[in-house]
Amino acid sequence: MLIIGEKLSIIAKRVREAMMKRDKGPIQEIATRQWKEGSGMIDANIGPAEDGGEDLMQWMVTTIQEVVPLPICLDTTNYQAIEAGLKVHNNKWGRPLINSTSNDPERFPILELAAKYNSQIIGLTVGKGGLPADAEERAAIAAEIMARAMEYGVPLEDIYLDPLVLQIATSQDHAMKVIDAIKMFREMNDPPMKTVVGLSNISNGCPKHIRPILNKYYFIMLMNAGLDAAIADAHEMAEAMQEKQLVDDILAGKEIEDKEKMKVVQKTLDVIMNKTLYAHSYLEM
Amino acid sequence: MAFAAPKETFSGKVFEVTIGADKTAVFGGENVLPFHLFEGSVPNSPVIAYEIQDVVPDDWPETVRKVYKSVSGDPITWAKYCQDELNAKAIALRLVSTHPDRENRSPEDAAKTVKDVLSAINIPLIILGSNHIEKDSSVLIRASEAAKGKNCVIGKAQEGNYKTITAAAMANNHKLIAMSELDINLSKQLNILITQMGFDKEKLITDPMCSALGYGLEYTYSVMERIRLAALIQNDTTMQPPMIADVGMYTWKTKEAQALESDLPLWGSLAERGIAWEAVTASALLMSGAELLIMRHPEAVKAVEKFIEELV
Repeated sequence: MLIIGEKLSIIAKRVREAMMKRDKGPIQEIATRQWKEGSGMIDANIGPAEDGGEDLMQWMVTTIQEVVPLPICLDTTNYQAIEAGLKVHNNKWGRPLINSTSNDPERFPILELAAKYNSQIIGLTVGKGGLPADAEERAAIAAEIMARAMEYGVPLEDIYLDPLVLQIATSQDHAMKVIDAIKMFREMNDPPMKTVVGLSNISNGCPKHIRPILNKYYFIMLMNAGLDAAIADAHEMAEAMQEKQLVDDILAGKEIEDKEKMKVVQKTLDVIMNKTLYAHSYLEM
Repeated sequence: MAFAAPKETFSGKVFEVTIGADKTAVFGGENVLPFHLFEGSVPNSPVIAYEIQDVVPDDWPETVRKVYKSVSGDPITWAKYCQDELNAKAIALRLVSTHPDRENRSPEDAAKTVKDVLSAINIPLIILGSNHIEKDSSVLIRASEAAKGKNCVIGKAQEGNYKTITAAAMANNHKLIAMSELDINLSKQLNILITQMGFDKEKLITDPMCSALGYGLEYTYSVMERIRLAALIQNDTTMQPPMIADVGMYTWKTKEAQALESDLPLWGSLAERGIAWEAVTASALLMSGAELLIMRHPEAVKAVEKFIEELV
């Protein structure tokens, strides 16, 4: 399992300020922590970055790779910024990953960059229209992305398909559809297509104290479906790995000793599987 | 071989709620989808309450305003008219005049109106605020006290004011409407928060927020449908209170209920159009699970009552 450390996002205030001031301290501190806690790659999310995106991405890539011997996930919709990042990326630490192309025609050319710079690339299974309705629609879009990748000369082994995790607080039924999509993606090629998710979106909009709980147990279920990579907090994922056996036991219908823990896990799994209706206080019920 | 229709049965059941002190009204109690009498038990029919206000309804369109012209100057006369002449099964008194942007009447004034109306009728009363989060808190506290012992319905408790309104309903032994804004997960959350205060879940009525035909009805329909499925299939007790649809307020605001024939001749008779709009909106929401309706026009109420009669 590849963990792509997620904490370097322009959405976070502290990170955004550091990006704007070109203050290396906080960026390197967060990247180092994600690395030490088990990330195999660091996500650098600079947003749409319409102004000065090229310079910002180059600064991010070099700043992170100065202290962390890992490849970077270049997370932006800005074509030029991705290319600028790829130019300075230190491939000695591994091949970069572009985040992302999709079935939106505006995002097709990003595949050129993957071919030109021998980079891996995420294929987000959304189109120009609305969100995919179910696993089948995600798989249909995946097929189109795969066909297009071959046209652009990107090997299928270099693609990570992303089924797009939605918020459980508003789109509860999609949690299992994403898991089904992971299974379907894997069957679309031999060897299986690689898969990735932006994990923490599952708990976006949920109360702070339940976010790690949802993230962790959803991660375990995705892992069981064959997930290859997750953009996630490495610390949380390390915790999840420690609890995996216990969660697997509960999934298999076994009783575990720690009754309190069992309740929390069972309630969370029931919410993920859409067996009980989500509410912010679901753990208290 | 004879054909046997497949039947769907559920583990969950909607709570049965009784409102009123003298003459009562009962709704809910079914363990099947709306009107699926062939699959289980439907002990009660949906109840329609006539909406009245504590001020002359100048903001209502002519079609529905003129019906109450001679009585709407005074909520007591208006309430009696609905009970005695229209055979209303319940009354919903909306205290619109308490809204700060309207007459901004005091909670004490509102309490007096509630008391006066209650002493004039013997059917159940639903007491509604003006939908102003802060003002409703103080108005509904006094209104609840004034209606003590009458087993009324108090509403609406929302995310921003549920604590005080819940406490008031609980202290005076009333039923309570919990309204959230077209979101099933927030609706469940509000019901949880209210019951965590010690309020009996079997005294709750869920309002997922109404909308009129052509103005988001399908959203209300879908949320209601999913609430009901959670109650029945998942046996989710937080989703088992009956549901209310505040139909009149939403339908009589629509363009279709108001546009003049001279402006839009193709739309047909204005008088019929408004009534049909209210009746159709109400019928759709009955099909998605509403057990308590608040409506305005007597002709629309009659049409929907006939519709219910034919289905049960």
